[in-house]
Amino acid sequence: MSPAIRIEQVSKRFGSVQALDGVELEIGQGEFFGLLGPNGAGKTTLISALAGLVRPDKGRLRVMDKDVQADYRAARRQLGVVPQELVFDPFFSVRESLQIQSGYFGIADNEAWIDEILENLGLTSKADANMRMLSGGMKRRVLVAQALVHRPPVIVLDEPTAGVDVELRQTLWAFIRRLNEAGHTIVLTTHYLEEAEMLCNRIAMLKAGRIVALDTTGNLLRRFSTHSLRLRTDRRLPTELLAGATESGGWWSLPFDAFDDVEALLTRVREAGCGITDLEIGKPDLEEVFVRVMQGSQAGQG
Amino acid sequence: MRGGFSTLLYKEVLRFWKVAAQTVAAPVLTALLYLLIFSHVLEGHVKIHGVAYTAFLIPGLVIMSVLQNAFANSSSSLIQSKVTGNIVFVLLPPISYLDFFAAYVLAAVVRGCVVGGGVLLATLWFAPLGFAEPWWILIFAVLGGAILGSLGVIAGIWAEKFDQLAAFQNFLIMPLTFLSGVFYSVHSLPPFWQQLSHWNPIFYMIDGFRHGFFGVSDASPWLSLAVVGSCFAILTGFTLNLLKSGYKLRA
Repeated sequence: MSPAIRIEQVSKRFGSVQALDGVELEIGQGEFFGLLGPNGAGKTTLISALAGLVRPDKGRLRVMDKDVQADYRAARRQLGVVPQELVFDPFFSVRESLQIQSGYFGIADNEAWIDEILENLGLTSKADANMRMLSGGMKRRVLVAQALVHRPPVIVLDEPTAGVDVELRQTLWAFIRRLNEAGHTIVLTTHYLEEAEMLCNRIAMLKAGRIVALDTTGNLLRRFSTHSLRLRTDRRLPTELLAGATESGGWWSLPFDAFDDVEALLTRVREAGCGITDLEIGKPDLEEVFVRVMQGSQAGQG
Repeated sequence: MRGGFSTLLYKEVLRFWKVAAQTVAAPVLTALLYLLIFSHVLEGHVKIHGVAYTAFLIPGLVIMSVLQNAFANSSSSLIQSKVTGNIVFVLLPPISYLDFFAAYVLAAVVRGCVVGGGVLLATLWFAPLGFAEPWWILIFAVLGGAILGSLGVIAGIWAEKFDQLAAFQNFLIMPLTFLSGVFYSVHSLPPFWQQLSHWNPIFYMIDGFRHGFFGVSDASPWLSLAVVGSCFAILTGFTLNLLKSGYKLRA
């Protein structure tokens, strides 16, 4: 089975900015893939290159084994892109926008699928409203709908939940998850790390146009983040415990590998004569991974 | 199966038709005002090719409206899409460069011909018009509209802001369409300007178009067709290359 997306040594420079610097990436069919990175890391440029909106200086990109430059028409049929900017055509209603978008892909009678998308995105009641009349969140839903009219096997969402309320986020993710379960490959960029952690099976982190981490979400969490015992105490912790600990806002954070270690840690705290006033177990989280990878403390590829 | 071309054409036509008051009725009214003013001042004083001035002026106003509105259609659609960002809706689908070009240009021709037809209907009552060789009317309306539609595509792609497009329109398209024999026969010009007019392709569009009504013109309609046809071929080649290069559309 060919990969859904294959990116080979792609570089792109805009003036003095190296937006992409030799990016090499393969995403398998059926994956739910996260593309993370700070602003300006090159996420949108990479997506634009996949969509043919940006032409790389070097390297090649393939979507479902179709070259996005040489075989651009076939490649674009395989790809649905939800752009980051909240764009819309003010001349048309929601339904007209979707009908027109279908026609661009050569699909004449798409009403059944359009109705299904509208229903799934909670847009049915707005179908005949002009695009100008919709709220920002509704416009975002229409952008998602437009990316799906041609039932693309690969769906790319560029920060689809930026500035979107909780309800839409949940509707959107439920729908995208169903599409993923039905076999669609999903690529997502987001600033909400908990979203990526919850949804993505694999994650790439971009920094200054390079991939600085690439692994399954589970491995990344294990490799760069650990469980920790978080404590508030009435006295300063003994020095031998302070070595691996960090403090913030009155909470001490003591990392540990296995839950069996917790007992030993607590014993040492008690033996030092510290009274525990509050206690919790911190789970590994992607935010910590992200911060550590971005600081370059441990860059690596898996 | 409906393809990218027919959908894009449909969308471009629907786009101007939805705001027809501004894109069709307004230019018809403008042309009517020109006719009222110029025919009031000049009717009875001027005859050209043995034709009364008002009758001479009407085809000029019609083709001028065709040309200006064809340009306005493709250029304003593209600049609006670029500025608002919804150009991505036509850049993401598998629409070929030829389909893209053909749809924008043909929609421009449709807009030009709808406005031109409107001007003709509104002014028909002011003077008796012959339709001596009607196929010339059609040929020059379509080819002229296509040339200005292509120029509109180029200008719409090139311009990054509305004022750049306005400059293109006000300092190039407007003077060219005004000074190419809409209001007068170039034979009435001093020799230097007469010579210069023969290097202006828009003169041939207007002259050939008018020939269709009266059967007489400053230049032979076949010469006009050759000039206008070559212009269209050159512009088509240029615009297709521009689109293929991704100039200002694909970074």
